[in-house]
Amino acid sequence: MNLPAALKRISETVWELPVSHKEGMQVPARIFATEKLLKEMDAGVFDQVSNVASLPGIVRYAYCMPDGHWGYGFPIGGMAAMDPHRGVISPGGIGFDINCGMRLVLTNLTFDEVQPRLRQLVDRLFARIPTGVGCHGFVRLKQGDFRAVMEQGSRWCLEHGFATAEDLEMTEEGGCFSGARAADVSDKAVERGYNQLGTLGSGNHYCEIQVVKPENVFHQGLAESFGLNIPNQVVIMFHCGSRGFGHQVATDYLKVFLSVMERKYGIRIVDRELACAPFNSPEGQAYFSAMKCAVNMAFANRQVILHRIREVFSELFHRDPFDLGMRMIYDVAHNTAKLERHMVDGKQKELLVHRKGSTRAFGPGSAGIPECYRETGQPVIIGGSMETGSYLLAGMESGADAFFTTAHGSGRTMSRHQAKKNYRGDKLQREMEARGIYVRTDSFGGLAEEAGAAYKNIDEVVETTELAGLSRRVARLVPIGNIKG
Amino acid sequence: MSFKYLGDIAVADIAFEATGATIEELFSSAAQATMQVMVGELGSIREAETMQVEMEQQSAEMLLFDFLNELLFYKDARRLLLLPSEIKISQSGDHLLMRGELRGETLDGERHRMETDVKAVTLHRFSVTQTPEGWKATVVLDV
Repeated sequence: MNLPAALKRISETVWELPVSHKEGMQVPARIFATEKLLKEMDAGVFDQVSNVASLPGIVRYAYCMPDGHWGYGFPIGGMAAMDPHRGVISPGGIGFDINCGMRLVLTNLTFDEVQPRLRQLVDRLFARIPTGVGCHGFVRLKQGDFRAVMEQGSRWCLEHGFATAEDLEMTEEGGCFSGARAADVSDKAVERGYNQLGTLGSGNHYCEIQVVKPENVFHQGLAESFGLNIPNQVVIMFHCGSRGFGHQVATDYLKVFLSVMERKYGIRIVDRELACAPFNSPEGQAYFSAMKCAVNMAFANRQVILHRIREVFSELFHRDPFDLGMRMIYDVAHNTAKLERHMVDGKQKELLVHRKGSTRAFGPGSAGIPECYRETGQPVIIGGSMETGSYLLAGMESGADAFFTTAHGSGRTMSRHQAKKNYRGDKLQREMEARGIYVRTDSFGGLAEEAGAAYKNIDEVVETTELAGLSRRVARLVPIGNIKG
Repeated sequence: MSFKYLGDIAVADIAFEATGATIEELFSSAAQATMQVMVGELGSIREAETMQVEMEQQSAEMLLFDFLNELLFYKDARRLLLLPSEIKISQSGDHLLMRGELRGETLDGERHRMETDVKAVTLHRFSVTQTPEGWKATVVLDV
């Protein structure tokens, strides 16, 4: 593609669009990429990241991570920190799937122990974790109970026997964003989502059984600190979010913001998907609270799914899940806005950090991460395609330059439409099984869309985050079993 | 009444262009395009249940946005796969009023070929325009 003429190279992995690139930009835009990844980015990335740079109250830069691609409002892989006193909050900086995120869980089992039962394991996970279009969850709630889930997140799970105290400690923000008020959520969002607790969803959501091969460990010390200390250790990774509930919250407030943004607050934007309101406005605060409700629902969703995964492993291996070493490494959120403290011009400031398809990656010594990770930095979980594998990384001190944010996945390069033309889901399933990856799905069409070749090379993406000083590689995780949403 | 999917404007998601001789036909085409992303064979949806819908908006664009979102709402909230059997859109003061009937049935994994769930209708490049031939809409769905 043709790169914007104004794009300047700052370093091997950092590129900048100056404020002169587009009228209205308040700050420059920075893109983290190697030259190769930059050339693979679609034109929408440059357009969208410079639109983000024009939002009121943005601090330092509008950022795009190496997995960046075209999104709605913000690019996927986008991040922007706003001054909470004079800046805005925008659903377009968070995404429709609020708190779509990744969870990584240890076992003390090896590949040799799991392999003979792999089909059985995947079949049982597939039977017991609802997936696909319009699925209802295995946790049945009344609408009133669901309001408690919204406000309490994983804490609700702890009270109801779906979690341990350690699970909450190993979840970003303890599995609950405080200040979530159910009253800020529409009845429609509640009705759309209250029966979806305990569902994986569809699209690129999945639950995967993976192996950590000794040759794929990049940093032995960090790997051991994160609990990876057995050769060919089996881990479980899963990816899902706030389901129809979060989608409805985002849709509701997109409309609210469109109705007040210009008329009441005089804010003009170039893209309706960047609809926003001042953070310190009734509408901005109501959305912040409703968004937190969706964040908490997503944490609870991943927590009850973990409980179910533990049950399945326990049944199949006839051992208690904790005897199987099924402890969480961490749970990270992709699509959120959060108040965090960061250094700006030598002073610590509170900022509203929007992350849209990007991951918080706090470095060693940061507050807000579990005590056991204070020296290592926060674990960062990056999901690749189901064919090519995923990564465990760690936050770095140098990540401060990007408000401690890194990539979230490999990022698509081929449209879903094209992937369906190029691949057949049933054939792909057979080919993957021949290569040692057993996949179950509700939808062969959906499987074809997730073919590995439809994504960027995950190795290049994570290597770039390391070169850019955003996150360091700990281990590469190779898939052996997958249930695809 | 027709639609086609567009491969080049939504790498990670699904985009379509729907057309209709009338605005009502356009709404039906867009509903079919949205539902077909999720269910492979629209013909497999039986007309077992009927729902009445009524909605009002200031513009044809936002009316279509709300209408398509309503289909997603019923799919998640009640597991209902619905398509419009009758739609009437009229001017009501400074608003457009849509009254319609949706027909369909509860999702059945045995009979319905599931494809990819639609999370949301986005406003990215969303447009509804009147053309010499009738009406046209471009819609990008978040999946």
